[in-house]
Amino acid sequence: MTSAPDLAIVGAGPAGLAAAIEGARLGLAVALYDEQPEPGGQIFRAAESVAAGKGAPLAAFGADYAEGPQLVARFRASPAAAGYMPRTTIWLLDRQRTLGHVQDGKARMLRPKRVLIATGAQERPVPLPGWTTPGVMTVGAAQGLMKSAGQVPEPPFALCGSGPLLYQFAAQLVAAGERRFTVLDTTPKGRWARALPFLPGALRDTDLLLKGLGLMQKVRMAGVPVLRHVRDVAVHGNGRVEHVTFRHGNHLGELPVQLLLLHQGVVPNVSLSLSVPLRHVWDAAQRCFRPALDAWGNSDVAGIAVAGDGGGIGGWQAATAQGELAALEAAHALGRIERAERDRQAAPIRARLKTALAARGLIDTLYAPPPLAALADATIVCRCEEVTAGQVRAAIAMGDTNPNAVKSRTRAGMGPCQGRMCGLTVSELVAHARGLPPDAAGTYRLRPPIKPLPVAVLADLDTSAVEEEEDAT
Amino acid sequence: MSMPPNSADAGTGSGTGSATGPDVIVIGGGLHGCSAAFHIASAGRKVLLLERDVIARHASSASAGGVRRLFRHPAEIPLTMASLELWHAMKDMLGDTGDFRPTGQLRVAETEEEMARLEARVKLTRSMGYDHEVLVDRKRMFEIAPALGPQCLGAIHVERDGYAFPYKSTLAFRNAAAKLGADIREGVGVRGIVRDGGRWKVDTNAGEFAAPVLVNAAGAWGARIAEMVGERVPLKALALMMMVSARMPHFLDPTVGTLGRQMSFKQMQSGAVVVGGGHRGTPDLDTGITQLDFRKLKTSADTIGGVFPIMRKAEIVRAWAGIEGCTPDDIPYIGPSRTHDGLYHSFGFCGHGFQLGPIVGSITAELITKGRTNLPIEPFRIDRFGPDPDAVSWEASRAA
Repeated sequence: MTSAPDLAIVGAGPAGLAAAIEGARLGLAVALYDEQPEPGGQIFRAAESVAAGKGAPLAAFGADYAEGPQLVARFRASPAAAGYMPRTTIWLLDRQRTLGHVQDGKARMLRPKRVLIATGAQERPVPLPGWTTPGVMTVGAAQGLMKSAGQVPEPPFALCGSGPLLYQFAAQLVAAGERRFTVLDTTPKGRWARALPFLPGALRDTDLLLKGLGLMQKVRMAGVPVLRHVRDVAVHGNGRVEHVTFRHGNHLGELPVQLLLLHQGVVPNVSLSLSVPLRHVWDAAQRCFRPALDAWGNSDVAGIAVAGDGGGIGGWQAATAQGELAALEAAHALGRIERAERDRQAAPIRARLKTALAARGLIDTLYAPPPLAALADATIVCRCEEVTAGQVRAAIAMGDTNPNAVKSRTRAGMGPCQGRMCGLTVSELVAHARGLPPDAAGTYRLRPPIKPLPVAVLADLDTSAVEEEEDAT
Repeated sequence: MSMPPNSADAGTGSGTGSATGPDVIVIGGGLHGCSAAFHIASAGRKVLLLERDVIARHASSASAGGVRRLFRHPAEIPLTMASLELWHAMKDMLGDTGDFRPTGQLRVAETEEEMARLEARVKLTRSMGYDHEVLVDRKRMFEIAPALGPQCLGAIHVERDGYAFPYKSTLAFRNAAAKLGADIREGVGVRGIVRDGGRWKVDTNAGEFAAPVLVNAAGAWGARIAEMVGERVPLKALALMMMVSARMPHFLDPTVGTLGRQMSFKQMQSGAVVVGGGHRGTPDLDTGITQLDFRKLKTSADTIGGVFPIMRKAEIVRAWAGIEGCTPDDIPYIGPSRTHDGLYHSFGFCGHGFQLGPIVGSITAELITKGRTNLPIEPFRIDRFGPDPDAVSWEASRAA
């Protein structure tokens, strides 16, 4: 696409695909950028390949995943497919909506009329002793390998952590015929009691709730050892994971593994939205930062909206609804539909969104992450620069009052991932040390390029689309 | 304790104004404000520093951190020479080096015409009695910086210059000032200032503060502060862009600039390469947000790939800009107010104030406590452009 699109969407997961389909239906020229070679995002990763019989068998991923190929097929059949740019990395978005992307080693800048950030979720980093040892990875990454390459982990291994994805992946492994692993469930005792008040809301979506409980049952019935209320997990090994230790009841446990898969729920992937910068707020229930949005997904910057998990974790069904709402709003803002028409079309989508979010309170309470204040000083916080919790605390003691100051002093967050892995932890450590809520402590300021850009590629950057747009105005 | 001699109404030594109030309020928590706070507190005065954001938020932490005497404006040379000695004495002075690394500075010529300009420059500083700038030939230049591209012809080399870690240097002054009793407040923005019976009353979002003496070290916001007391000066806000690479194997010691192209370039201890050169983004003084202009960073990427061929394979991981104040003649405002007693300015350093931080704080403290300084600060007077900032020709001032 050479001229600036009406609606540029970043991320081809459920929110991005739904927004693209809806946007094109409303007559918008849509561009959809995604890093992956196939549409679907993380949750429906490689949906087309899996449906076509490549990778792991479709049945292994359950009924939910089967909806992925359908969504992708709808997108492929939509006029929006003409604006699909796979294997494309977004490295810049600013408050003037200047969007920078790079595909096949060629970087370009353009200025779309509207931008929708649909960058989804990332797994919450789980800093614990030894988590940077080779052989430790996230459940999500392992699941991604299974979806895209049909790769099942080699025993002995263990899944460790808390959250719906833990049992979902365990059940997928069982369905794929693998039972030689252990589940270390770190959800603390008493969480169900605390989550119970949210049950009436969750019952509105009994389907989802029963699915969750069913997965847990399925894993246990298959004979997979499930240890609950596990604490004090630590990884050991010389250059490679050899075993994992933990506390289970009054016992000290030890498990030989060659692979440990960690998971502690998901949080919004805010790299792009923080770098704009959009205004962000602290979500106390989900213990994460998310962009401040109105009911249409509009941010505080004109023409930039967010849909899906990137605006707050709601799951894929909520994401598709939010994507459609954002597309309706874009069509209205660009003069394609009247306000009343927008609202009329939005009503059934909002009802779907409400159902999709009904179980959130329960899930958020049940799987709330452990407080980071207790993190041992020796535990690494920033993987890129190998900065420990102790070094972060020392920096705070030396007068650093905010995450950016800690970053300046310790280099935490200065590596290639730009704090994607340590931002939340450092914000929480600063907040705890200063007795402030995390939003008062603040976040890292993220700086473009949000993904590393080779000097030669930057030197060859094509800026013509922005020049033309500025000449025209 | 001595009384400020140039300020008849500035109170009576340690008991100035009220029994508990500060003697001096410093506005601005950048390097210059923190340095002033340290030097004033060292002289036994009670200091309150007000920073509307956080310490070292803008020019002070976004700076390239060059500790450079090389190619200074002639008026700045006496100050820069004195300041360098303070950089070398940081550890003794503050108990902290501020991460200063004296690895030298180099200014490179890529054409014969640029080489001639370097020669003329060294002739000028020699004629003024300074010998810190040394012309080096091509062979010597490649000994100092072997990674330079083959088109480079020669350079000016300045030993004992170097770079520091801007945030750490600023915090070193902040912590040393706090240790001497200075009260450092973050998140306190100044909304108005009035002179009331020999005291400055400073209205902020956190209430009113008062002191007989005020220091304006508000950087790009310095003209706004000055205007609050009716002293109008020309100042532009600049967002000077920087970028940094992923860690690379060690290939360079000194900080390198080029004469013909906009570039400042250094490899940090970590291996990361930090690139500046005065390329401008867009600042917003109200929000503190800077917007980058990647069209200019494209030029910058092209330049570094040309000057250091090894950089063509490097990856840029981050770019940023801090907000800095710039004056029409490209040198700062330093010294007493010309309209009020008990007010001292130190702002508008035009993107090259980092090296001057240690000495200018000391000058400000001298002016407050002794009423004079031995260093020549006349060229930096706040009223040098006359009473009407709107009538100033920036082009003419720059040319002069």
